[in-house]
Amino acid sequence: MKHVISHINKAFDHRIRLGIMSVLMVNEWMEFTALKELLEVTDGNLASHVKALEQEGFIVVTKQFIGKKPNTRYAATAAGKLAFEQHINALEQLIKQSR
Amino acid sequence: MKDQQYIDQLKDIRTIMDRSSRFISLSGLSGVLAGIYAILGAFSAHYIIHYRNHPYITPESAEFKQLIAIAAAVMVLSISTAAILSARKAKKSGEKAWNKSSRRLLINLFIPLTTGGIFGILLMREELYGLIAPVTLIFYGLSLVNASRYTLETLRSLGILFIILGLINTAFPAYSLFFWTLGFGLLHILYGTIMYLKFDRKQTD
Repeated sequence: MKHVISHINKAFDHRIRLGIMSVLMVNEWMEFTALKELLEVTDGNLASHVKALEQEGFIVVTKQFIGKKPNTRYAATAAGKLAFEQHINALEQLIKQSR
Repeated sequence: MKDQQYIDQLKDIRTIMDRSSRFISLSGLSGVLAGIYAILGAFSAHYIIHYRNHPYITPESAEFKQLIAIAAAVMVLSISTAAILSARKAKKSGEKAWNKSSRRLLINLFIPLTTGGIFGILLMREELYGLIAPVTLIFYGLSLVNASRYTLETLRSLGILFIILGLINTAFPAYSLFFWTLGFGLLHILYGTIMYLKFDRKQTD
C-alpha cells in the first residue's frame, strides 16, 4: 500500500497538469493555443502549470516563429511519460485495493 | 470519497486523450443519410441505364452526363450532410468542430480519397470503365482505414469491408452498380446505424 502511494506523483495532482500530460501522451506535440482550447483554461493559468511541469523535466518547450507569428509547442519527455504512466497505474491500483 | 476522486481523474484523462487526438463527434446519422442518397442515386442510375436510347452508353451521350451528375450530386450531398451534422454534434458536446483533430482527420481522409478520384478520372480517359466502380470502392475503403486513427475506431472495419467489396467487384465488373450500391448504400446505412446507437444517442441521454 505504501509503495503505491509513493507513485502518486504530486506534480500531477492538479486537474490542469493532469490534462496537459494526458494531451502530450497521445500527441507528439501540442501548441499553446490548442492546449488552451482543449483544457478550457486562461493563458496565465496554463502558463503557470506548464512551467511547473517543465521544471520537473516532464515536458519540453520549443519556441519558434512561423512567418512572423511566435509559436510555442510542448512535448512530453521520456521521463515525463514514464512518471505519468506510473501515476495512472498507481491510481488504478488504489481504486482496485479499496474495492 | 477519495476513491471517487481517483475514478474521476482517470475518466478525465481518458476524455482528454480522446478529445485531443481524435475527432469523436463524427455523426452516425450522416452515414445513414449518405447511404440513402447512394441508394436513391443508384436507382436513378439503374433507370437511366435500363431506358437508354442507344445500345451503348458513350462518353458523348446524354445518359453518360446524367450518370456523372448523379454521382457528383450524391457525393456533394453526402459530404455536406456529414460536415453539417458533425459540426452540430461537436457543438453540442463542447468539442470544437474545426480543431487540430478534425483537420488531421480530413487531411488523412482526403489523401487516399483524392488519389482514388484522380485515378478514376484517368481510368475513364483510358476508357477502362469497368474498373471505375471497384477503384472508388477500394480507395474509399483505404481512406476510411487511414482516417480511423483520427476519429471513431469503428471506421476501420467499415473501411476493410469496402476494400474487400472493391476487390470482389474487380473480378465481376459487370455487377458494378450492384457492388457500388451494396457498399455506399447498405454498408453506410448499417455502420451509420451502429454508430448512431453507440455514440450519438448515448450523448443525448
